[in-house]
Amino acid sequence: MTPTGFEISGGETVLFWVIAPLMVLAALGLLFVKRAVHAAMCLVFVMVSMAILYIAQEAPFLGVVQVVVYTGAVMMLFLFVLMLVGVDASDSLTETIRGQRWIGLLIGIGLAAILGGVVANAAFPPARGLEGGDPGGVANPQALARVLFGDYVLAMEAVGVLLVTAAVGALVLTHRRRLAPKQTQESVAEARIKALPDGVILTPLPSPGVYARSNAMDTPALGPDGEQVPQSVSRVLRIRGQERPAPPGPAVVSTSSTRGTTGSAPESEKDA
Amino acid sequence: MDITNYVVLAAVLFAIGATTVLLRRNAIVVFMGVELMLNATNLAFVTFARMHGDLTGQVLAFFVMVVAAAEVVVGLAIIVTIFRTRRSASVDDVNLLRG
Repeated sequence: MTPTGFEISGGETVLFWVIAPLMVLAALGLLFVKRAVHAAMCLVFVMVSMAILYIAQEAPFLGVVQVVVYTGAVMMLFLFVLMLVGVDASDSLTETIRGQRWIGLLIGIGLAAILGGVVANAAFPPARGLEGGDPGGVANPQALARVLFGDYVLAMEAVGVLLVTAAVGALVLTHRRRLAPKQTQESVAEARIKALPDGVILTPLPSPGVYARSNAMDTPALGPDGEQVPQSVSRVLRIRGQERPAPPGPAVVSTSSTRGTTGSAPESEKDA
Repeated sequence: MDITNYVVLAAVLFAIGATTVLLRRNAIVVFMGVELMLNATNLAFVTFARMHGDLTGQVLAFFVMVVAAAEVVVGLAIIVTIFRTRRSASVDDVNLLRG
């Protein structure tokens, strides 16, 4: 491949025209999608497509690094933070600055126009390519490493320091100081026993009554005296007002139970 | 196909990222817009490296990636810290210094 006769292959042309519109669509999704998680998914798509374009552009090392660092580490970090902050943390629609939306849109379109104009008017030299075809070419990772650790070794060291500083900085920023002593099982038990005179119950709460008609988390149990035990129904149901009244009163329960036991023997005889 | 198409694509993606930063209110999505802008410049760097037959462009793209990773770590830590104190991830609510 001579430097002047550099041609982009037909396969790469097809790849570009398939991927580029999809990338632009996904990037626009970042702008228009409501939920932050969907925006993150759009960005993941853009980054994976970008890695494919790198590999097509004779930068296989950068393509792999793009997948590992961006889609592997950075976007997972984004998703973790979304999980911490809450998935439903969507945009507020109130404008604090009046007309900000239109001004921002105008500035964005203006920026696109300026960049497009610059690219259209710039006189690029005829493309030379990196001669990535032959094994001794300059595009392979060895050549990249030679440049990286030869000409840019100082910058490499500085970047290492930067990464360590960033990691320590993130640790310091997200560190939370413990204000109260740590709660153990023992301390919780002691606190409950200490609160016993205030009406705290140590034993488990009574389970709800189970009746055949309504089965029966929402039906209160009946105590030995025949009274309803309101604590037997879940607190959530009680607050929501979904508690059902216990069907039989004390008298009905006793009569129905006795009727059941006494009446069973003659009935079975009758059947037989 | 002309190799300039890659540069045009990079410019379009950069403009979309910048518009995202300007328009969205959720701090995390704003941050994603910054990431999109960084990626677009990386694409331009790789394209220019190929155009000039010089690996320096790829090396610069590599450095941009590393710095972007460091920036993401610190930026997300700041967002988490602000969320803990203000219970909000909206950029409009961070106005304690307002006069």
